[in-house]
Amino acid sequence: MLIQLQDVVKIYNLGAHFIEVPALQGVSLNIERGEFVAIMGPSGSGKSTLMNIIGCLDRPTKGSYFLENTDVSRLSDRELAKIRNRQIGFVFQTFNLLPRETALQNVELPIIYAGIKASARKEKANQALGQVGLAEREAHKPNELSGGQRQKVAIARALVNSPSIILADEPTGNLDTTSGKEIMQIFGELNKEGRTIILVTHEAEIATYAKRFIKMRDGKIVEDSSK
Amino acid sequence: MNFWESVKVALSGIAANKLRSLLTVLGVIIGVGAVIAMLSLGEGARVQISERIAGLGTDLLIIRPGRFGLPGAAAGARGSADVLTFEHARALVQNTSSIIRVAPEVSRTVTISAGGTNLRETVVGTTPDFTEVRRTSVAYGRFFDNEEIERASRVAVLGSGVANELFTNASPLGQMIRIDGRSFTVIGVLAERGQRGMFNTDDNIYVPLTTAQQRLFGTKYLGTIYVQARENNLVRQAEDEASALLLVELGNTELFFIQNMGEILATAEETAKTFTFLLAGIAAISLLVGGIGIMNIMLVSVTERTREIGIRKAVGASGKDILFQFIIEAVVLSATGGILGILSGVVISRLASSFSGWPVVVSMTSIVFAISLSLAVGLFFGIWPASRAAKMDPIEALRYE
Repeated sequence: MLIQLQDVVKIYNLGAHFIEVPALQGVSLNIERGEFVAIMGPSGSGKSTLMNIIGCLDRPTKGSYFLENTDVSRLSDRELAKIRNRQIGFVFQTFNLLPRETALQNVELPIIYAGIKASARKEKANQALGQVGLAEREAHKPNELSGGQRQKVAIARALVNSPSIILADEPTGNLDTTSGKEIMQIFGELNKEGRTIILVTHEAEIATYAKRFIKMRDGKIVEDSSK
Repeated sequence: MNFWESVKVALSGIAANKLRSLLTVLGVIIGVGAVIAMLSLGEGARVQISERIAGLGTDLLIIRPGRFGLPGAAAGARGSADVLTFEHARALVQNTSSIIRVAPEVSRTVTISAGGTNLRETVVGTTPDFTEVRRTSVAYGRFFDNEEIERASRVAVLGSGVANELFTNASPLGQMIRIDGRSFTVIGVLAERGQRGMFNTDDNIYVPLTTAQQRLFGTKYLGTIYVQARENNLVRQAEDEASALLLVELGNTELFFIQNMGEILATAEETAKTFTFLLAGIAAISLLVGGIGIMNIMLVSVTERTREIGIRKAVGASGKDILFQFIIEAVVLSATGGILGILSGVVISRLASSFSGWPVVVSMTSIVFAISLSLAVGLFFGIWPASRAAKMDPIEALRYE
C-alpha cells in the first residue's frame, strides 16, 4: 500500500484565543500505487488540508499516516523535507515557479536539494522538460511563458526526482480550457506510465480524467467511488 | 544541498537586487575602510615614534640633576639643581663595569654671529664621546678631541642647520664665529639628522665642555649626562650602577634622576598602541552600523521572498538549507564589503599619508582582523533573519502574497 491514512484528524488553533477549527475529522483512506485519484468537494471541505498532510507539508493532529509503510506523522521537519524531496512532486494552482530562474533551473530545484551533481542534474531536468513537451523552452523565464507552459514546467519539476506520488492542487484553476485539457492529458499519460496521481479539484469536468473519485464535506469523506 | 550550491543561490539572491545589495555593502565598506585606515595610520605613527626613539639609542641612560634645594626647602623644577660635574661623569665610566662611555653636556641659548648674521642658538659643551653616545657623525671637518678639552680650546662644531644659516654657500671650515662675543674657530659640521623626537642636533653648536664651562657659562656643573651602556642588555645594570655611584657622591636620591631610553621607548610605543586601538574602536562602531544595515536588508529580503522560501521547502529544502542560504547571503555581503573596505582603507590611508606626510603601515594583522570582523558581523547580523526564514511554515509561506 502506498498511502494509508487512519482516522486522521487535523485541528487548527486560530489566533490568540485558541479557537479550535477542525479541518479534518477522522479521515481514513488507502491509495495504491498507480492510482489516479481526484479529491473533490466545496471550499472549506478539508480537501486542501488532506492534500497538505498527504504531501508531508503538514502533520495530522491525531491519527496515523503511513507512506510506503513509514509512519510519517511522527517524523521531524528535516525528515519530512527529505520525503517531500524524494517521494512527492507538487503541482500548484498558481504554478509557484521561481520568477528569476529559467525553466530549466526551476525544474532542477528539487534535485539540487537531493544533492545530485550539476551535470547529471541538467540531463535529468532536460529529460523532464522533454516529457512535458517543453524541451525548447528551457532558457525561458516564467514571465516569458504562457500559463499552460508554466504549469508544464511545474509538472516537469514535480517529475524530475521520480517521486512515487504527484500531488496536484487545482492544477487547471488558473488556465483556459484548452491549456487545462492539455495539462490533464499530461497527467493521464503520466498515470499510464504507472505514476500515482492525486488531484484536488472542484471542477467535475477535470475530475473525469481520474479513475477514482473521493468527495469530501466538512472534513469527512462522504463518497469514494471508482470508474 | 552542498556548500557551493548554497553560495550560488545566495549570489543570485544578491544579484537580483543589485542597487540594494551595493548600498548594503557600502555600510560595511565604510566600516572596514575606517578600521583599516585608523589601524594603518596608528601603526605608522607607532613605527615612526619607535624609530625616532630607537635612533637615539636604546642603550642610553639620561642623567639629569634633580630639584634645586633639599626636601623641606622650597623646591625648584626638575633639572635645576647644580650638582652634577665633569668628575661625576668621568667616575661613571671609570668606576662601573657596565658603562662604556658618557657624554656630559651643559648648554645655554646665546647669541651667535658670523659675517653679518646674528642668531640665537643653543650652545652645547660636551666631550669627544658625544658623537658615539648620541649617534651623530661629522659631515665635514672633525669633532674636537681630548687635547682641546684639556686646553679649553675655542673651537666649535656646527649643526648642519646652523652651518647653513651662517654660511649659506661657503664652507664654514676654518671660519671664525662669535659666540656670546668670543671668537671661535669652526672645525667641523655635523651630518644632518632632522628632528628626533625631543632632540634636534641640527640647530646646535658644539664646543668643548671645558670651554663652555669656563669661558662661556662660568659654571662647573652639567645639565645632562648621557650614559651609554656597554651592551643593550646591560642598560638595567648601568642604571643601577650609576644610581648607586651618584647616591654615594651626592648623598641624596632627590638630587638626580635617571631616564632609561628603553623604557621611554616602551612607554611611547604603549601610548601609540593605545591610541591606535582607541581610533580603531571608534571606527569599528561604523562597522557595527554597517552590520545593522545588513540585518535590516536581510529581514526585508526574507519577507519579500517568503513565497520563494515556501516553494523551496515544498520541493524538499530543509530548514537548514534555507538557514544556510540566507546566512551565506549575509556573509557574502559582509565579506564583499570587507574586501572592498580593505582596498578603500589602504587607499584612504595612502592618500592621508601623501597629503599630511604621516607614515602608514598596513599590517597583515590589521587586514586579517578587519576580514574576520566583517565576517563575524555578517554571521552575527545574518543569523536572526536567516533563522526566521528557516522557521517559516511552508503552507503559510506558499500562501503569502
